[in-house]
Amino acid sequence: MERHIDLPLTEEIAETLRMGDTVYLSGVVYTARDAAHERMTEQLAQGIPIPFDTKDATIYYVGPSPARPGSVIGSAGPTTAGRMDKWAPQMIALGARGMIGKGARSKEVIDAMRRYHGVYFGAIGGAGALLSKCIVKSELIAYEDLGPEAIRKLTVREFPVTVLIDCEGRNLYEEGRRDYLKSRRQG
Amino acid sequence: MRQISTSLVKEAVERMCIGANVYLPEDMQEGIRAMRRKEDGAIAQTILDQIILNYEEAGREGVPICQDTGMACIFLEIGQEVHFTGDYLYDAIQEGVRCAYTKGYLRKSVEADPVRRGNTGDNTPAMIHTDIVPGDKVKITVAPKGFGSENMSALAMLKPSAGLAGVKDFILQTVEAAGPNPCPPIVVGVGIGGNFDQVALLAKKALLRPVDSRNEDPFYADLEDEMLEKINDLGIGPQGFGGRTTAVGVNIETLPTHIAGMPCAVNISCHVTRHETEVI
Repeated sequence: MERHIDLPLTEEIAETLRMGDTVYLSGVVYTARDAAHERMTEQLAQGIPIPFDTKDATIYYVGPSPARPGSVIGSAGPTTAGRMDKWAPQMIALGARGMIGKGARSKEVIDAMRRYHGVYFGAIGGAGALLSKCIVKSELIAYEDLGPEAIRKLTVREFPVTVLIDCEGRNLYEEGRRDYLKSRRQG
Repeated sequence: MRQISTSLVKEAVERMCIGANVYLPEDMQEGIRAMRRKEDGAIAQTILDQIILNYEEAGREGVPICQDTGMACIFLEIGQEVHFTGDYLYDAIQEGVRCAYTKGYLRKSVEADPVRRGNTGDNTPAMIHTDIVPGDKVKITVAPKGFGSENMSALAMLKPSAGLAGVKDFILQTVEAAGPNPCPPIVVGVGIGGNFDQVALLAKKALLRPVDSRNEDPFYADLEDEMLEKINDLGIGPQGFGGRTTAVGVNIETLPTHIAGMPCAVNISCHVTRHETEVI
């Protein structure tokens, strides 16, 4: 099913998204990779709040290449999401509902998604040149010293993703492969 | 003795770092297009179309194909008749990388310390490998390598009794465990033999061979074909969403080894397998 969705990602909308849906996202997403997650966690322990509103937020696991003059951003495709599994359940518990990345997730993350109704979206890994065309604004909001790993507030328009794992825990990596192999055996 | 100024090496490295990150090599482009023609999975076809559009867009606009513009891996084949003049060779190479990643708007992805971290800010140091060869030329290959795929690579100190079957199992297990993470369709570089350190380098060097090339030894050429077929029977598919196209190529390189061992390394590379070569 094809969907066009405005962010932030509310619980009502998240519950309607199903594994395998093609979704075009518009609105604000926040970038964070390993180093930003590590620092947010350290700062939380010290009582310092996360540098953006986590409620219904979508976090894009990306470290873009630098913008050329006249461009909003450089190449900006997803990084491997599994590296953020250590911190993702906490971010989900804090209200972050959407994650954009690529690759497998842990049981702990999927359990948190089921409990809090989160969605894991996949963007095409290695398609950063194409994806960057859907990013219309980029603003560095925290951790500038982390370079490509700083937290950026991105405004995206019709950003193409696929629902990899939905809030019921259905997983495209498992079912997509199984369905393909089944069709091949029957074909 | 032929004199070569290291400033020429610096310029070549700078040029190739930018070029390799923006223009996907023709053998990879054709490899992906050929797999697209054979692909029978519906989602897989859509993903491959997007991947093709992406490298076309990058080349047209002069932007990096992927935001992970990699660690710069530099391979030198230096003719023993060459005498370098000017700055120290390795400094010149690092300067070429530094200039390319800054001027070329490439991502700086290198941490100064593996445990304590801290971005170096200019993507140096590059990883440099040097071979001394006959002649008076310098061959330089630049291969930016992303870590989504590097992280899914593996090395096994197989024992001789594991035999050919053990090698096949290890390759397949490594690709299976990598699943969707290394951005399939992948290229699989395999090193067999040598020792612990050389086998990993061998696997990386295997990735420098054109993806449509075959090992000169028919035994290993057949093994490459067989492994490619087996990998593409796994059903992982482009991006791991299911499909035939899991790998575009399998390149195997070998070295003699010790009577007690059969080291095997599998270096996985993504669909943005990049490298450029120049000869001075």
